[in-house]
Amino acid sequence: MGKVAIIGVGQSNFVRQYPGSIRELAFEGFKDAMQDVGITTKIIDASVICSAPEYDKQRSPAGVFAEYLGLNPQPTFYVESLCSSSSMGLRLAYSLVKSGLHEVVAVIGFQKMSEISSSESQERMGRGADIQWESPFGTMMPAYYAMYARAHMQKYGTSLEDLAAIRVKAATYGQLNQKAVYRKPVTLDMFADPENRMAGPVASPLRVGDCCANADGSSCIIVAGEEKAKTLCKKPIWILGLGAATTTVNLAGRDLFSGLTVAQQAADQAYKMAGVTPKDIDVAEVHDCFTIAEMMAYENLGFAKTGEGKDLIQSKETYKEGSIPVNVDGGLLSKGHPIGATGGSMIRTIVRQLRNETGEIQVKNPEIGLIHNIGGVGLYGNVTILGRQ
Amino acid sequence: MGSKKEVDDRFKKFGTVSFTAISKTNDFVDYLEKGKVMGTRCKDCGRVFFPPRTDCHQCLASNTEWFEVSGTGKLVTYSKLQFAPVGFEEDLPYCIAVLDYGDYKVFGRISGDVPENEIKVGLEMTTKANSLPNGQLNYVFKKA
Repeated sequence: MGKVAIIGVGQSNFVRQYPGSIRELAFEGFKDAMQDVGITTKIIDASVICSAPEYDKQRSPAGVFAEYLGLNPQPTFYVESLCSSSSMGLRLAYSLVKSGLHEVVAVIGFQKMSEISSSESQERMGRGADIQWESPFGTMMPAYYAMYARAHMQKYGTSLEDLAAIRVKAATYGQLNQKAVYRKPVTLDMFADPENRMAGPVASPLRVGDCCANADGSSCIIVAGEEKAKTLCKKPIWILGLGAATTTVNLAGRDLFSGLTVAQQAADQAYKMAGVTPKDIDVAEVHDCFTIAEMMAYENLGFAKTGEGKDLIQSKETYKEGSIPVNVDGGLLSKGHPIGATGGSMIRTIVRQLRNETGEIQVKNPEIGLIHNIGGVGLYGNVTILGRQ
Repeated sequence: MGSKKEVDDRFKKFGTVSFTAISKTNDFVDYLEKGKVMGTRCKDCGRVFFPPRTDCHQCLASNTEWFEVSGTGKLVTYSKLQFAPVGFEEDLPYCIAVLDYGDYKVFGRISGDVPENEIKVGLEMTTKANSLPNGQLNYVFKKA
């Protein structure tokens, strides 16, 4: 069996309130990817639809999308792993192509979160954890990640300013991203001013500026086998490594609170499969749903030693000109986080970086890129390594 | 133990809002009513479970017994919420936390009467059954 490539990438604008239905939203990301590679729907021989349930009323969205996107009568799959759904979708697409069962597969992620209120959304997100034993206490995602932030700060002396520095970096690049929800500058002074919205409390120690925003959006990644990829695409980007892991849903079952075991395990698998080390990564997209999540990602991926993530951001090594540029598209903190579409958007950025087509945010001649996409509170971890060769 | 209702939905009493009505661990709620917080232990392999479960994945057996969460645990981490999901607004502000008892950990809430300036990682705490204003039951962590 030959290699597997990504031949097309696309995403919709990520917006606070998309003025259309979920199938129309999915069409936007799909169209963007199809135009990127320049193929017709007949060439796609299976689709993988990715989202988290209960933000909209549609049951079994895969069938609805297959029709709307012109992908009948080809088979379609539905993949769900909360915020990492579309990275898991890519893993499925890889195996479908690698097995020879399909040649060209479209991975379409979507989420329309604006159909429900923000507090309802927090309740849905909280129910991405243990509904029997945790949710009855009134849990929500910022509070869960805040518990990790507390543990990291306690153990390694990470400060609120270190976390804020991650948001400042995100905003530096978010301002340049036409598809991002939040495109205003953010400064450390804003975090230092108790009257500023950025410094407002959410779930201690995390503040408003430490959290990404809900968004509506869709993404699409088109995957093909080696021969098809070379025929259909001038600049195929190759899938070199894939890693995926799970852990206990209930936090009571975990031993580590200053990092995510699923990220460590998925990274180990992906590095091994690709035959590379953290030093070989030229550009990365990590799952910065909260600033602490990016801090832990630095360490879990081996970009920094455990406990030294704060030094990496303070020395600006994760800026575009640094030794390991991270989230130079603004990250989820700027783009917004439409759950099911998020992984695809991260993959899209790395593919475009490796093709050298990202303009102002282009890292200098990257050969190998990495995507770190987490679902739930470190419940699901996916790490994907892509390369030009 | 337990009531003889046609549908045994005792679990709907757990927490400010319960998202589960029926569980083989329904007796947990009866114990809470009696002021006890219980976990389970597999009688075959001795493994302890909190939160309690009726099935041991190690033995593939359903031969568990209840044990009481007693003594003190160390506060591993916590967060104080200023916003709440739908249904929990009346409880604000409140802290969610994890206590480490050595053999097992417990996820729950810190009692509202523990002063915030005394809450520190490493603090020795106990787990106590608790009645909520809306008639529901949960458990909270108190200073040891």
